[in-house]
Amino acid sequence: MSIAGRDFRELRLEDLNRSFGMLNALKGVSLSVKRGEFIALLGPSGCGKSTALNCLAGLLTLSGGSIWLDQTRIDRLKPEERGFGMVFQNYALFPHMTVRRNIGFGLTMQRRPKEEIARKVEEALAIVRLGQQGDKLPGQLSGGQQQRVAIARAIVIEPPLVLMDEPLSNLDAKLRLEMRSEIRRIHDLIGSATIYVTHDQEEALSLADRIVVMRDGTVRQVGTPAELYGRPAHADVAEFMGYRNVLPARVLDGGGSGCIQVSVGGAALKGMAIEQRPADQAIVAVRPDDLRPASDGPVAAIVESAQYHGREFYCSGRASDGTELYFCSPQPVRKGERVLLAADPTRVLIYAGTS
Amino acid sequence: MTHTSDRLARATQESTHERTPWRVRLALHDIDGITLLVVPAVLFVLGLFVYPFLYGLVLSFKPRAGDFLANYRKFFSDPFLYDTIYATLRLALPATIINVLVSIPVALRVRKLHRRRLLTTILVIPITLGTVLIAEGLLNYLGPQGWLNRTLMLLGVISAPLRLVHNYTGVMISLILSGFPFTFLLTLSYITGIDASLEQAAATLGATARARFRHIVLPLLVQGLAVNFCLSFVQTFSVFPSAVLLGAPAGDTRVISIAAYQAAYEQYDASMAATIAMIMGFVQLTVVVLALAGRNLFYRGAAGGGKG
Repeated sequence: MSIAGRDFRELRLEDLNRSFGMLNALKGVSLSVKRGEFIALLGPSGCGKSTALNCLAGLLTLSGGSIWLDQTRIDRLKPEERGFGMVFQNYALFPHMTVRRNIGFGLTMQRRPKEEIARKVEEALAIVRLGQQGDKLPGQLSGGQQQRVAIARAIVIEPPLVLMDEPLSNLDAKLRLEMRSEIRRIHDLIGSATIYVTHDQEEALSLADRIVVMRDGTVRQVGTPAELYGRPAHADVAEFMGYRNVLPARVLDGGGSGCIQVSVGGAALKGMAIEQRPADQAIVAVRPDDLRPASDGPVAAIVESAQYHGREFYCSGRASDGTELYFCSPQPVRKGERVLLAADPTRVLIYAGTS
Repeated sequence: MTHTSDRLARATQESTHERTPWRVRLALHDIDGITLLVVPAVLFVLGLFVYPFLYGLVLSFKPRAGDFLANYRKFFSDPFLYDTIYATLRLALPATIINVLVSIPVALRVRKLHRRRLLTTILVIPITLGTVLIAEGLLNYLGPQGWLNRTLMLLGVISAPLRLVHNYTGVMISLILSGFPFTFLLTLSYITGIDASLEQAAATLGATARARFRHIVLPLLVQGLAVNFCLSFVQTFSVFPSAVLLGAPAGDTRVISIAAYQAAYEQYDASMAATIAMIMGFVQLTVVVLALAGRNLFYRGAAGGGKG
């Protein structure tokens, strides 16, 4: 039985800690989630995002901290008492039950009347567009269909919170794109909050209302996809968000904030200061698709490789001082060719630190 | 002349081209050089299992006196002989069922232990000891002058020693002790084969520990338990040392293997002994077939959650 309906206002994680022996998988994670929000927990493997999700589901106990659903403290409850829907990475469908019985399992556990279970299971089958597959066993379904069953099974109990643990990582590329829009559609339809764990920044950007970037058991940044794409708060977040050029630089002028000039790869480049820097050492982050050949570009580089990506070429090259650079070019470039590269100063982000 | 020879040459060429080489055809049926490695095993099975079995079967139809069914007729008309079937089943079935049932909760618990290996080792030690050593130990421990009875009498729980050996109870205790490790290990491997995320998923869907066991673990375990039952039963059914040492081999625990032994080495009637062995095999086979047929009523697929 579920502790609350879908009408909760806020889920709060306060200072969550979890250690496995000597290893601290979660170090003081705090977060607030509102009803109807789609939150992505994003981070490289081992950053603690799955641990956080399992703690939320009650499959792992906390070493410290608390979880609140409005005024109710829930972190001491067993998973079966929380009533959150969870979608597992390997789907975890019950192999000996038909699709219908899989989906109806949660309702059966709640001892709902038979007619109600049958009606809700049909509704859920329709939501995930599996109307015809109800009497099959999970083993007779394709990966994408199994994934839909797993989602239907989690949402049919009308949970206040749906937890998804890398649900698309076992699917092929085409199906992944398809299921991505399915998951967002279902989320909008049922109106509960979703917490979605992924290591794929593209998935997080396209699905989530807010993204929580984690690293080494801590939250590095929380923001909308646009904020994280355009203005990562730290150099490591930038690197994870697709800023493939993360380079050491020296500040040339404008020690304060706003537009400053730095020396990178033996050339002077203008960029936006994001973090305060203690010294004139800095880190510059630029996306490959923001660094492009231009006749008056300040950075000279020798092309080392060029991959054809349809519209553009995705290239790597070396600056005059040996720094490796990644850039995009609309025109074909050849290996060994010398190119001049330029970037829009608003797309060049400057962080503190030395690397 | 040249025409014909040309055509002949072409014809032979074509025919060799069309016919697939035998190596390729065998390979299509998964038979190649490596398949030959199975030969020693096949010879072993033929020499040590199939041949003795057939030899025994034929021998059982060649009694010392009477027609070819005389031994079988004698077995099923003499209660002293046919009662051994009941005496054996009365020991083997409960012992096997108790072992299988007890192994489930133990395996469920052990699965979650960190020091699983240590506990498994401790539980497996009885296998390495062998039934004779266990029987000797139990005679000392459970006998009228054993620790158990003396302790209980010292504490005033009982006034006269409990009769725990040289009867049905003694054999039963020994069968459970020596059979349990084997049954447990098999159950443990079946239980650990069930994907842990299935139970987690059931928990998030509101299933209590009891419901998870009933709806998820047990249905996925039935197949393994049936196989486990068969293997344990066959082992227990051929009980001999403990029935002799701990039981009453002339009375309550006169099991079928004792009857076979007496026919072979006390009456020197190899044909009768073979007959009893054949009947013993047939009873075992019947129980195994029933158990395996019973499991077909349940789900028979993989116990994993994802795509195989």
